[in-house]
Amino acid sequence: MAQILDFEKDIFAVENQIKELHSLSNMYDSVGDLTHEITKLKKKLRHMKRDVFNGLDGWQKTQVARHPERPYTLDYINNMFTDFEELHGDRHGGAGVSISGGFAKFDDQTVMVIGHQKGRDTAEKIRRNFGMSQPAGYRKALRLMRLAEKFNIPIITLIDTPGAYPGMDAEEQGQSEAIAYNLFVMSSLKVPIIAVIIGEGGSGGALAIGLGNRVMMLEHSVYSVISPEGCASILWGDKDKVKQAARALNMTSKQLEKLDVIDQIVGEPLGGAHRHHKWAAIMLKKALRSQLKELMALKPSELVAQRQEKFRNIGVFNTEKE
Amino acid sequence: MSWLERIISKTGMGKKIPKTTEASWIECKKCKEQILEVDLIENFHICPKCDHHFRMKPLDRIRLLVNPDSFEEHDQNLTSADPIKFKDKKKYKDRVKTALKAGGSTDAIVCGTGKMGDHEVELCVFDFFFLGGSMGSVVGEKITRGIERAIRNDRAVIIVSCSGGARMQEGILSLMQMAKTSAALQLLAEKQLPYISVLADPTTGGVSASFAFLGDIIIAEPKALIGFAGPRVIEQTIRQKLPEGFQRSEFLLEHGLIDQVVHRKELRNHLNNLLSHMKNTPISKLTTAKPATAEADPVKSDAE
Repeated sequence: MAQILDFEKDIFAVENQIKELHSLSNMYDSVGDLTHEITKLKKKLRHMKRDVFNGLDGWQKTQVARHPERPYTLDYINNMFTDFEELHGDRHGGAGVSISGGFAKFDDQTVMVIGHQKGRDTAEKIRRNFGMSQPAGYRKALRLMRLAEKFNIPIITLIDTPGAYPGMDAEEQGQSEAIAYNLFVMSSLKVPIIAVIIGEGGSGGALAIGLGNRVMMLEHSVYSVISPEGCASILWGDKDKVKQAARALNMTSKQLEKLDVIDQIVGEPLGGAHRHHKWAAIMLKKALRSQLKELMALKPSELVAQRQEKFRNIGVFNTEKE
Repeated sequence: MSWLERIISKTGMGKKIPKTTEASWIECKKCKEQILEVDLIENFHICPKCDHHFRMKPLDRIRLLVNPDSFEEHDQNLTSADPIKFKDKKKYKDRVKTALKAGGSTDAIVCGTGKMGDHEVELCVFDFFFLGGSMGSVVGEKITRGIERAIRNDRAVIIVSCSGGARMQEGILSLMQMAKTSAALQLLAEKQLPYISVLADPTTGGVSASFAFLGDIIIAEPKALIGFAGPRVIEQTIRQKLPEGFQRSEFLLEHGLIDQVVHRKELRNHLNNLLSHMKNTPISKLTTAKPATAEADPVKSDAE
C-alpha cells in the first residue's frame, strides 16, 4: 500500500474512481461507453495534481521530499546512467555507506556520480543509516572526487539527506573536519561539479557534497540550514511547530532560486517524483545534459574561478555608513 | 582619541571598571564560587578558584592577543539584513535590533588587522554575546574579507571561534557562509599563508564544520565544548546520556582532532611561536598581555 500524504488524498480518490470506471467498463457491457466519463475525470485529475502540487508550502514539500517512495540516488543512477561501477571506502577505516558513488556513463561521457543513499526497506535503511552520513561517507566522497579530477572526469552529486549523523562515533571521528575539508577541497577541483538536491538537503551534511559550479534542485525537494523539527524546537521551544518553522526557513526550490542560491529548478512528474521514478530521471537527465555541456566547454581555471565566485557572492547584509 | 578608543567609547565595551567600593560579585558556573568581578577581569576572565574559562567579549580578547594599539578594526559597518523576513516567536529584525542596542559588537564577529609580536595578522574574533555568536551573512562576509585582506597583504589569519553555529534566521544563506569562508581559505592556502584556528567555548554546528576545523593548526581553550552536533541532539539520537568530558577540548585532543589545548594566559605566546615557526622567522619572547584593570588603561596598557 502506497503511503498517501494528507494533501494527496483527493488525488488518490479520483484515481481510484478512474480505475473503477475502467474495470466496470471492462467487466460489464451493460454500463455502456464510459470513455467520456473517464476522459473528464482524467482532466479533473490533471488539474487537481497541478493545483495541489503548485501550492505546496515548505512543510508539505518536506513531506514530499521525505516520501518513502521518492526515488533515491541509486534509482536515479540506474535510470539516468549506464555501466555504473560502484566504488567503496574512505581508505581510512570506513566504508561510508550512507553515500554511494562511482564511475558511470552519461550518454558517452564517463562521470563520477556521488550521492546520499537512504535505503528502501527497513534493513537497508538501517544499513544506510537513513542517509545520515558518518565522516567516512564524506571522506569517501572526497576521495572519489579527487579520483575524478585526476582523470578529468566531471562530477555529479545527488543530495538527499536529513543531515550529517549526530552520533558519538561521528563526533569522535571528526564529523566537523570531514565536512569542512570537503568544502575546502571542492572549491578548488579542476573539473565540472554539478550538485542536485533530489530530496532532502539537510544542512551541513548536504552541503558537504554540494559545492558545485551548478546547484540544481528538483521541484519538490527542500534545502535548509536546519530541519523544521530542529528549528521548531530551538526557536519556538516546541517541536510541534514544524509547519511554521518550515515556512519561515524558506526551504523550497522557488524560494531558494529567488535568493540566487540555486541555478535551476528541475521539474518533476505531475504529482511528484515518487509517482514516476523513470519519468523523474528522464527530466533530470535532460537538465543535467545541457548544464554539463556548458561546463565542459570551460577550462579548468575557469571552472575553479566560476565556482569560487559563485559562493563568494552569496550573502545579504546592510552596509551602513559610519 | 585613537580609533580603538573611539570604538570603545562608542560601544561602551572598554569602560574602565569604576573604582568604587561596591564590589560586584559573579558566580562561577563551574565551581559555583563567588568571584569579585575585578578579580575575574584581572585574571583574563578565568576563574581564580577553578580555572574555568569564561566567555570573553571580543575587544577583551583582542587586547589579550595583539600588541597594544596595533589593532585596526575593519568592516564594522556591515550589519545584518533580514533576507527571508524571518519570524519565530520574535522577528529576526527585532532580535538584531536588541543585540545592537546592547552596545557590544555590530554583529557576531569583530575583524581587523593587528600585530602579534612581530607578525601582522588578520584577526577575527567571535562575539558570543551577539545572538550566540551565530554565523549569518555578515559573519561570513567579514571573515571572507579578512582572509582576502590577508591574501593581498601577505598576512596570517587567526580566527577565534565562539559560536553555536549557523544563524537559522537567515536560512540557507547562513549555510552558504560555510562554503564561502572555506573556499576563501583555499585561496589563502594556495598563497602558503598561515591560518590558525582557535576554538573557544562553544564551537559547534556550521562554524565547527567549516573554517574552525580548517586551520593549519587548531588550538582549543581548556574544556571548551567543540563538536558538529550539540550534546542534546546526540543524546536524543542515541537515547543515552553522554559521558563526562565528551566533546570537550581534551577529548578532541585525545581523538586526534586538534593540535593543542592551550590555557588562555599562554595563548598569545603559542600563537606567536607557531607563526614564527610557520614563517621560519626568529621567535621573539612576548610577555603576557595585561588584562584590563581599574588601574591600567585598557587601551594603552603596555604589554611589551
